[in-house]
Amino acid sequence: MNSSNRKIHDITGNLRLIWKEPLLFISILAIFYFLIVFVVFPIFQVFKTSLFIDKQWNFSNYSAIFSKRYYYQPFFNSMLLGVYTATIGTIIGFIFSYALTRTPMPFKNFFRMTATFPIISPPFVVALSAILLFGRAGSLNSFLSKIIGDYTIYGLGGLILVETIAYAPTAFLVLYGILQAIDPSLEEASMDLGASRAKVFSTITLPLATPGIASAWLLVFIQSLADFGNPMVISGNYRVLSVQAFLQITGMYDLPRGSTLAILLFIPTIIAFFLQKYWVSRKSYVTVTGKPTGATIKQLEWYIKLPVYSCCIIFTGMVFLFYGTIIHGSFQTLWGVNPTLTLKNYVEVYQVGKDYLIDSLVLSSVATPIAGIIGIFISFLVIRKKFIGRGVMEFISMLTFAVPGTVVGIGYILAFNQKTVLFPFVMTGTAWIIIILLVFRNMPVGIRSGIAALQQIDPSIEEASTDLGADSNTTFRRITLPMIAPAFFSGLAYNFVKAMTAISAVIFVVSGKWNLITIAILGFVDNSRYAQAAAMSNLLIIIVLIALGIIQLIVNRIGKGVRTIDIVA
Amino acid sequence: MKQDYLVLKNLEKIFRSGKESVTAVDKVNLEVKEGELVTLLGPSGCGKTTALRMISGFELPTSGKIFIDGEDVTTTPPNQRPTTMVFQNYALFPHMTVYQNIAYGLRIHRIAEKIIRERTEVIMDLVGLKGLNNRSPAQLSGGQQQRVSLARSLIMEPKVLLLDEPLSNLDAKMRVSTRLEIRKIQQRVGITSVYVTHDQEEAITLSDRVVIMKAGKIQQIGTPQEIYAHPVNYFVADFIGKANFLGGKVVNILSQEEIEVDIKGVKHKVSIPKNTFSEGDRIFLVIRPESAELEPKKSGTINGIISQVIYLGSRMVYEIEVEKNFLTVEIANPQEHKIYSIGEEVSVILKEKSLHVIPYEEIKN
Repeated sequence: MNSSNRKIHDITGNLRLIWKEPLLFISILAIFYFLIVFVVFPIFQVFKTSLFIDKQWNFSNYSAIFSKRYYYQPFFNSMLLGVYTATIGTIIGFIFSYALTRTPMPFKNFFRMTATFPIISPPFVVALSAILLFGRAGSLNSFLSKIIGDYTIYGLGGLILVETIAYAPTAFLVLYGILQAIDPSLEEASMDLGASRAKVFSTITLPLATPGIASAWLLVFIQSLADFGNPMVISGNYRVLSVQAFLQITGMYDLPRGSTLAILLFIPTIIAFFLQKYWVSRKSYVTVTGKPTGATIKQLEWYIKLPVYSCCIIFTGMVFLFYGTIIHGSFQTLWGVNPTLTLKNYVEVYQVGKDYLIDSLVLSSVATPIAGIIGIFISFLVIRKKFIGRGVMEFISMLTFAVPGTVVGIGYILAFNQKTVLFPFVMTGTAWIIIILLVFRNMPVGIRSGIAALQQIDPSIEEASTDLGADSNTTFRRITLPMIAPAFFSGLAYNFVKAMTAISAVIFVVSGKWNLITIAILGFVDNSRYAQAAAMSNLLIIIVLIALGIIQLIVNRIGKGVRTIDIVA
Repeated sequence: MKQDYLVLKNLEKIFRSGKESVTAVDKVNLEVKEGELVTLLGPSGCGKTTALRMISGFELPTSGKIFIDGEDVTTTPPNQRPTTMVFQNYALFPHMTVYQNIAYGLRIHRIAEKIIRERTEVIMDLVGLKGLNNRSPAQLSGGQQQRVSLARSLIMEPKVLLLDEPLSNLDAKMRVSTRLEIRKIQQRVGITSVYVTHDQEEAITLSDRVVIMKAGKIQQIGTPQEIYAHPVNYFVADFIGKANFLGGKVVNILSQEEIEVDIKGVKHKVSIPKNTFSEGDRIFLVIRPESAELEPKKSGTINGIISQVIYLGSRMVYEIEVEKNFLTVEIANPQEHKIYSIGEEVSVILKEKSLHVIPYEEIKN
């Protein structure tokens, strides 16, 4: 069939779809409308604002930025930070996954849980903890000064430290899946043919894991570039794009310049995303099926175990140290000055932060199920239905995952502070803008887990149902839905966690009327009220853990063996 | 030819997980001659793969020793052992071409590239992979992948070649042709081989000797003929080929090679390799389906009623009910014989030359 024939075939197929399943057709159109208005349009607005002045094509925003070191330095700073964080994070993630899949290290589950914990915590908690530990009044400050001399935690070094702790878990999860999927008999075959451990590693394990390593690196790089919370707290004089764009807009009210910085942030991120999604993943020899191969763990020499185990223990120790400090700090009267234990921080946090907390809970609770349902519906359309624009739909819905929050946030103020043809309402200042932002920012994960779940369901199971006399509605309700339900609820869990801990995009759209707990915490940090910030972070972490626990209970009841945390990751 | 080229001495492997422990290989003793192909045969979980993995070095024995060509290799790491293994799933390196896969071991040993090229060409020719140098493993058929795996192991000229169910991923027809191929190559190269399988037909057709294992213990070691004709116990007789078992008693020790047994009142003389029975012992008479003939009912023989008839072209298979036991009897070349039908009463005439006696044991099913 040639291409024009196929096109005709597609179009007639679509017409048949309208005729036979009008409801489905209308939902497809509606989803496209939403994706265009809430995903594409805001990004377009950012581009437009940076490129047009008085409706005239004008490149002066860019030339202005590249003419002054003050403006272009953040770009290189962000890139440098991203490269450092991605490299160190990937190395740690690799060693961790190697330890968990290829060595007889004891307490594997414990290490795994600890290593993934930073993923569910609010992004800037690590930075807050770094200040409590290593800041001017930090508990380890004098001790560390004695060893390495004068230093400051504010700046590139501190940022690399906190972002590594925050994002190495991402690298770990990617690489864990890859290493688990490499058949250990390949390594045995290599050894059997005479290769030493070092040779097995360099000729088999490493080449097979390389696409995964590249993937992990790019993902951490993206996360580091997009990170807003940590640099906001700890970057000091080291200026990065996400924070600078925010300051241009909220401090200088300079939307064009802020947009231009956002575009500078957008471009490398999106390139990294494309490399990861369309190039690196194609080169993979390993199919991650989620089915672990029967890894045979053999005697390892001490000189392999020692560094690998040490790395795991040190990283796990850091996670404990950083989060332990948050708990410890939240009970202190005045950090670094008066260590008397007290509950007054929690009392104060409750009085001041109650409204923030309620707002966060309300908005997240509304956004989460919407994101979940749209997510699962889109994944169903993409995997099981054929229609024109299916690839475009998948692409746009994945786009929000890659676009830095700062860009989305700026896009939302630009797009929805006035009526437009596309969307004839003003949303700025309302709860809706926050809810919609949360929905479309967190939806991709629901889509991804939905797609993964649907791909694992052999279509012949659904065919068997049809064959036994069920129509497609009944099949979907009785067969497909129960099978993807665990994925749906796990997607919900992730959405909720992300909504509760969101900051980089929502910080642009909060208002006096509707505000969020993460932004309140940032406020405490800004005023150096670290104990209160710690107390509030603890509350937030506890709420997130409770929510995860509840959803895990639901998943346990309806599906066996699915762990929320796996899908969250 | 060395008689004890590969020696397993009191080899034992106990797997522990928590409080439970499983003895996978239980005091195994085996001597393999140079150039011999020995098969470890048994149902899954009998310890045959564990034994193979101990020979290759991937498992360390709990106790016991392994010698190859006189050298104790019990604790030698797998990469320094003179063994190579053909893996069940082939374990071809997916990121390398066919040529790179086969040359891998030589490159690891830093052999000159020119010699590698020559030897790779020779070995690829031998296994029939000529011209496929630059293919990736994913582009090969199952049979071709299998041959790459074999070539990759053979090129190392190991002292012992290990094969772990190498045919189990092929379809039935490929299995038959590939096993002949493997046997031919093995004999041409004259390489000492240990072959693990759970398929008794495979074991019988390609081995010099077969080792039958059950629950970690060796049941019997012998040539395929010995094992088929003179199984030592019920398990071996039942596992290799089809067999009928009739309970009876030893009534007379005629010599070291011949005893007389009583089966349902009918006496039979049976020859055995070496007598271990005494008068009055309870025994099973092992009757292969082809070691019996049918005749119209008469007295003084084992009588029964035909309960099933299966026509297979070259053979006729009858199932005969004899006092609540069912006997399977195969008659070759059915055109030459009388055809019986279901319900007919017949006499089962045993061919005494091919009968065999094993000790009686309680059969749990």
